[in-house]
Parts: sequence; C-alpha cells; structure tokens
Amino acid sequence: MNWPPAPRHRRAAIGLLTLIVAAGVALLVTAGLHGTLVYYRTPSELATRPATGQRVRLGGQVVPGSVRREGPLTRFDLTDGERRVVVVQRGGVRGTLREGEGAVVEGSLATDGVFHADRVEVKHSNEYRAPGADPTRAGAG
Amino acid sequence: MAGDRPAHLDRGPAAAGRRNLGWFAAGVGGAGLVSGLFVAPPDAVQGDAARLMYLHVPAAWTAYLAYAVVLVASAAYLGRRDLRFDRYAQAAAEIGVGMTALTIAIGGIWGRAVWGVWWAWDPRVVSTALLLVVYAAHLAVRRMDADPHRGARRAAVLGIAGFAMLPVVHFSVVWWRSLHQPATVLGPSTDPPIDPVMLATLTLCLGAFIATASWLFLHRVQSLRAAGQEPRRDAAGRHRVPARSAR
Repeated sequence: MNWPPAPRHRRAAIGLLTLIVAAGVALLVTAGLHGTLVYYRTPSELATRPATGQRVRLGGQVVPGSVRREGPLTRFDLTDGERRVVVVQRGGVRGTLREGEGAVVEGSLATDGVFHADRVEVKHSNEYRAPGADPTRAGAG
Repeated sequence: MAGDRPAHLDRGPAAAGRRNLGWFAAGVGGAGLVSGLFVAPPDAVQGDAARLMYLHVPAAWTAYLAYAVVLVASAAYLGRRDLRFDRYAQAAAEIGVGMTALTIAIGGIWGRAVWGVWWAWDPRVVSTALLLVVYAAHLAVRRMDADPHRGARRAAVLGIAGFAMLPVVHFSVVWWRSLHQPATVLGPSTDPPIDPVMLATLTLCLGAFIATASWLFLHRVQSLRAAGQEPRRDAAGRHRVPARSAR
C-alpha cells in the first residue's frame, strides 16, 4: 500500500482507530461503573442491603485485636464505626495489613453473616513518617 | 536566526544549552537516587516500599506538566496554524504518555507491595489508564492524515479536550471512594503529613524528572524539526515532495 493511503482507506483507518479507542474507553467505563465509582461498600451499607451470595467489595477499618491466623485462613473484623463484619480470607494476606488501618476485601457475604474474601487490598494513609517518629502524628491514619 | 539553520548544522548556543541541561538533569537525578535510596528514612508502615514514591509521584506530576504543555501548544497551534506548535504538542504528549505509563507501572509494583495487589479497579487507577488512552489517541490522530495541518488540527482539538481528564484523575481520590490514598503534598493541607527528609528527597526527584523531561522535550522538538525539513519518503523509500498544506 502506498503512503499516503487513498482517502477511502484513510477514512477506514480513522474509523477503525476511533472504534478501537471508543471500545477501550467503553470497556474501562463499564468496568468502572460496575464497581469503581462506588469502589467498596461499608459494613453499614452491607447490613441495610445484604447482597448475600453476590460478589462485592467491602471496605472498613481493621478492628484492633481481631486479626487471627487459623491455619490457611486469616480472620479479622472490618468496621465503619457503626457495624462490624467478620471477614474470613482464604490464604495469607499480602501487603501491609495492620489493625486500625483500612482494608478493602473482595468476596461474598455468606448466610451466616461471615464475609468470605478471596482478595484483600490494604489501604494506606497519605502519611509518610520515619520509624519511631512522633506516634501521635504518624498513627492518626 | 537559529531557527532557519538546517537542524544537522545546529551546533550553536541552543545545542550547548541542551547539553548543559542534560548534565544538570543527570546530576540532580544522581543526587535524587542517592537521597531516595540511602538518605531518606523508610516509612514507618510501608518500610522500603514507600521509596517507590520518589519515582511514582514525580512521574505523575511530570505527566501533568507535559499535558499542560500539550494544552498550551494545541491552543497556540489552533490560533497561529504554525506547525512549530504542533511539534511542541507532539513532543510533550510523547513525554506525557511515557510518564503516565511509568506512573502506572511503578504504581503496580507499589500496589503489589503495600495494597497486596498489582491492579485494582479503583477510580484513580482506571482514570489514569484512561488518560493514557486519550493522549495515545492524540498522538495517533496526528499521523493519520497525509496533510500535516489536518493531523495537527485534530490532534490539537483532542489535546485540549483531553486535558479535561486531568482534574478527574487528580480529584478521583476525593470525589469517589478509592483504594488509593488521597494526596499528601498536592492536597489542601498547608502542613503536608510527610517526613521533612522524605519531602526534600521528593522535591529533588521531582527536579530531576522535570529537568530530564525538558531535556527530552528540547531534543525531540529538534529532531521533529529536522525530520520536517527532509524530503518525505513514501513506503517504498522514494522521495516525494513535502506535503504542503493548501492553507
């Protein structure tokens, strides 16, 4: 094919590229609307609208003292200050899961009220402190 | 005038200025590397993974800056119809796309270390990926027409419209629930919650990124200008009369 292409081909190429870009944007946007804009639900929202069996994301603070590792399972509670949900994660938790800090889990709520997660995303605060720095500022999260 | 000299003969003060800028960028980059790896403390929570901040954050801010240059150059092109401004927009957009890709790549590694996942369908992450797509499209439409002015016009329109994505990316962590933490330095706080040595290191790395990006920009503009002066070749390698706009 000679360059520059004939106007007909050019129009086809522009159409094709527009289509690819539009498809890419549409893919990202629909994926986004499925759960990105409300990236996670809070324990209170899960309590008022229990999506039992559905795959959802749940976000909250890890309740201090609740993290337990039982064989292949990791258990902890997530709270938004009002409600508390027991989370069971199969396998270990990567990242920097810490009590009192935020986390987002992905999975589904069982009928017994336990949230079975298979993906844990650990939130971190926007604070950066040296180890041993003034803890009143560093731990505020 | 230096601008009228053939590009391959450009050995004047402009070339010397570019070289000096290159050395400056290398020097600041070296200092940033040493400071980021050895001088700055690890983070109390994240440990050494937080050092990725010194690449991730300057890359993102340099991309913001590059897209601002695309915006201004695109507007200048539409006003003046001078292909010089189109070359500025192209060089800046190429740097912006590269920096955005770097931001996403380093962010993935940082996310794996701290969040525990490489990727999340999080508003910040998704909107940044969209930003990459928009400016990649800006670069693509420029080359899709044999008439450089028509390509430049379409690219300029996209370069201006695409800038609307920038506030979406930056404020995505405020507008929507996000896994990504809110801004530390470019936030509303006058007292950013960051260790002073870390902030100094971040500033040093930002300087290195901006100097390097400026150096790349000047070189790219120069080579685009040189390419524009050569006779164009078609796919078979035959020389062809440079396409002149009807305008």
